[in-house]
Amino acid sequence: MRHILTALVMNEPGVLSHVANMFSARGFNIDSLVVGRTEDPNLSRMTIVVIADERTLDQVRKQLAKIVTVVKVRDYKDSPYVSRDLMLVKLGVTPRTRSEIIELADLFRGRVVDVGHQAIMVELSGEEDKLDAFVELVRPYGIRELARTGVIAMARGVQGGSGDEQTMENAPEPSRMVKAAAGKRQPTQAELEATPPG
Amino acid sequence: MSSTSLTGGAASAPASKTTKPNKTEKWTEATAVASGSEVSNELPVLGHPTGLTDRYIGKTGAQILLQMLLEHHVTDAFGYPGGAILPTFDQLYDTKLNFILVRHEQGAGHMADGYARATGKPGIVIVTSGPGATNTVTPLATAYMDSIPMIVFSGQVRTYVIGNDAFQEADVTGITRPVTKRNYLVKNVKDLPRIINEAFIIATTGRPGPVLVDLPVDVTTNKVESAIDDTPWLPGYKTYRLGHSRMVKAAADMINAAQRPVLYVGGGAILSGAWKEVRELAEKGNIPCTTTLLGLGAFDENNPLSLHMLGMHGGAYANYAVQDADCLIAIGARFDDRVTGNLKLFAPKAKIVHVDIDPSSISKSVKVDVPVVGDARLCLKDMIQHIEHRPRKEWLEQIAQWKAKYPFAYRDDSPLAKPQAIIEAINKATGGNAIFTTGVGQHQMWAAQFIRWSIPRSMITSGGLGTMGYGLPSAIGAQVARPKDLVIDIDGDASFIMTAMELATIRQYKLPVKVAILNNNFQGMVRQWQKMFYGSRFSNTEMVNPDFAAMAESFGIRGIRCEKKEDVQKVVDEMIRHPGPCVVDFLCETDENVYPMVPSGKGIHEMELGIVGSAPPNMARDMGTLA
Repeated sequence: MRHILTALVMNEPGVLSHVANMFSARGFNIDSLVVGRTEDPNLSRMTIVVIADERTLDQVRKQLAKIVTVVKVRDYKDSPYVSRDLMLVKLGVTPRTRSEIIELADLFRGRVVDVGHQAIMVELSGEEDKLDAFVELVRPYGIRELARTGVIAMARGVQGGSGDEQTMENAPEPSRMVKAAAGKRQPTQAELEATPPG
Repeated sequence: MSSTSLTGGAASAPASKTTKPNKTEKWTEATAVASGSEVSNELPVLGHPTGLTDRYIGKTGAQILLQMLLEHHVTDAFGYPGGAILPTFDQLYDTKLNFILVRHEQGAGHMADGYARATGKPGIVIVTSGPGATNTVTPLATAYMDSIPMIVFSGQVRTYVIGNDAFQEADVTGITRPVTKRNYLVKNVKDLPRIINEAFIIATTGRPGPVLVDLPVDVTTNKVESAIDDTPWLPGYKTYRLGHSRMVKAAADMINAAQRPVLYVGGGAILSGAWKEVRELAEKGNIPCTTTLLGLGAFDENNPLSLHMLGMHGGAYANYAVQDADCLIAIGARFDDRVTGNLKLFAPKAKIVHVDIDPSSISKSVKVDVPVVGDARLCLKDMIQHIEHRPRKEWLEQIAQWKAKYPFAYRDDSPLAKPQAIIEAINKATGGNAIFTTGVGQHQMWAAQFIRWSIPRSMITSGGLGTMGYGLPSAIGAQVARPKDLVIDIDGDASFIMTAMELATIRQYKLPVKVAILNNNFQGMVRQWQKMFYGSRFSNTEMVNPDFAAMAESFGIRGIRCEKKEDVQKVVDEMIRHPGPCVVDFLCETDENVYPMVPSGKGIHEMELGIVGSAPPNMARDMGTLA
């Protein structure tokens, strides 16, 4: 089964490596992993797509949460969510096929972002399936280059926010945890400089 | 709330588990850690208040490090100098800290580890960059596997040359990330106080573990110039303390209802200081209790309820009890493969209660029915209140029969002393009242079997990683931590010689460590496997050893060679009586295997029993077999 997890992580060097290494060391299978900034400069968000049965997913979630630099883990197994993947694809064109490709891109609500004599670049976002379908449709025209961001996801509804997000199931009562420092500290200028995103 | 697959997914659970009625089906460990609020927040205790402060102004990183070590109640540290850590060593020149100079950084790491296991305090290591730091990787991995609090401060090249392949540069945070609970590369001296505070919290709270702090030269030499905030910032760090009251009650109910319960106690009970609670639980509920290798000492083995150690080389009676139990209560234990044998055949009749501070340990290898996530001591304290006394007459009688029929045993029939006899002699001389360390192999298992463990923190051994060469340095660490106590390293010849250069450390600091080498001139455990599974082809396991007694003497340490079996007890007594350090080379029988033994891939009831005969006939029938 394919599952989407998001992990809010501390924005500092080594965290990505730690998470990626944990997956390989424990034999978990990553389909995609996306890291990006959040509204809080101290935190980044990873969106991880894993192939796992339920039992393994449970372990993945717990092993992720165990990493000290991972702040919150959430899986979307039982909650409605929106997921998106962004793709840039460069296709070979002839004057004859150009309009066909533009038409297809329109149908998929894609955008043509670059046009040349022999090539055309299309930007397309949506769920992975939609992007897969588009790739299959345009394959006969000749794909010159293709890049996808991997999936990012967010739960529907009011729940969320980097600061107060709780995992859906495994939410410890604050009074039962030792929180070394509950309040979030403003980073110093030096810290901001010392910690490039990702 | 009902989504966690704790009781649902039965991927590798025994078949019988899926069919039995399970009233706890709807519970998950999510509920185990969810609401309930009898307890207030307890913040980790630091040696000093934190916050925005000017008290670091004008101090160098090295000065701050030494000052903060003292504030965190560090009294001893282990290590070895080198270029990149010299600013720190310069500060050590006139500090109150008792610093132990080792002969190899691996030794420093194991000493700190032994120190931590003997006291519960974090072990401190200070080493240089590059090879100094990489030499601590094995000790870090050892401590990580066994959840031992330890902090390594390693030197690093200056921040502006990091990445340039400078002399003695290594990507130490990269190398140690998989074997540390957390590691840091300090890039600015202003971050150092906060990081040191965080390092102590992370190493010692929750499931303890090693932390590494990498200190570039310019961080230890630069001064703090303005007020800084040293408040730990650990937004992602959670430690669970009290178990969820409903799960605690459910566990107690399950135990009360059980006819044939068994306690299975691991190193977590030692780490959390739960031995009193373990005894109370066992005695109040009348529940037999077995421990893992790391749990030895958490339950007095002289107690009639004790089943001694379980697992691959554990007591047959312990393994039979686990296999026949209808309720297995794991406390601070992680269902290691050396305990469970073949998972498909493990504890087929039992409902499983698992008390553990680390949620990721729950249902990792064995499906758990009632998870209790929290500190073992606090969870048990709660649980005991709900436990009712039960006679369990049949069960205890059955166990007594197994215990009588399948004791740890050996035949004393060789001209040379049997290694087990030497350990029995040590047990007789000490009454188990000493701190024992071991290397890894046969001698380690015999020590576990033939010492009657009754005191917590008296067994110091590398369990998870199985690090040969651990015995001598960890004994040094334990002796530094507890200078008045008798510390005996029970070692094998092959394990001992891996770190034997630390005899010089013993000599330098006049530490009265005793070393009993069970010398069979072989890597005994590997030899055993070669004998049993590789047609007695002893490939590269025979050791040509030095005269260990003469070697010890050359270090300025009393050395004794014991060649005759009738001298064993006399020499053991002499070793213990000797006021200073003493190394005894006990020549012992080579062709001796550790029994009982669970061959790999078998269920733990399918033990090879050695001289005590064969398993009860109903075992294989009742517990199943894959063979």
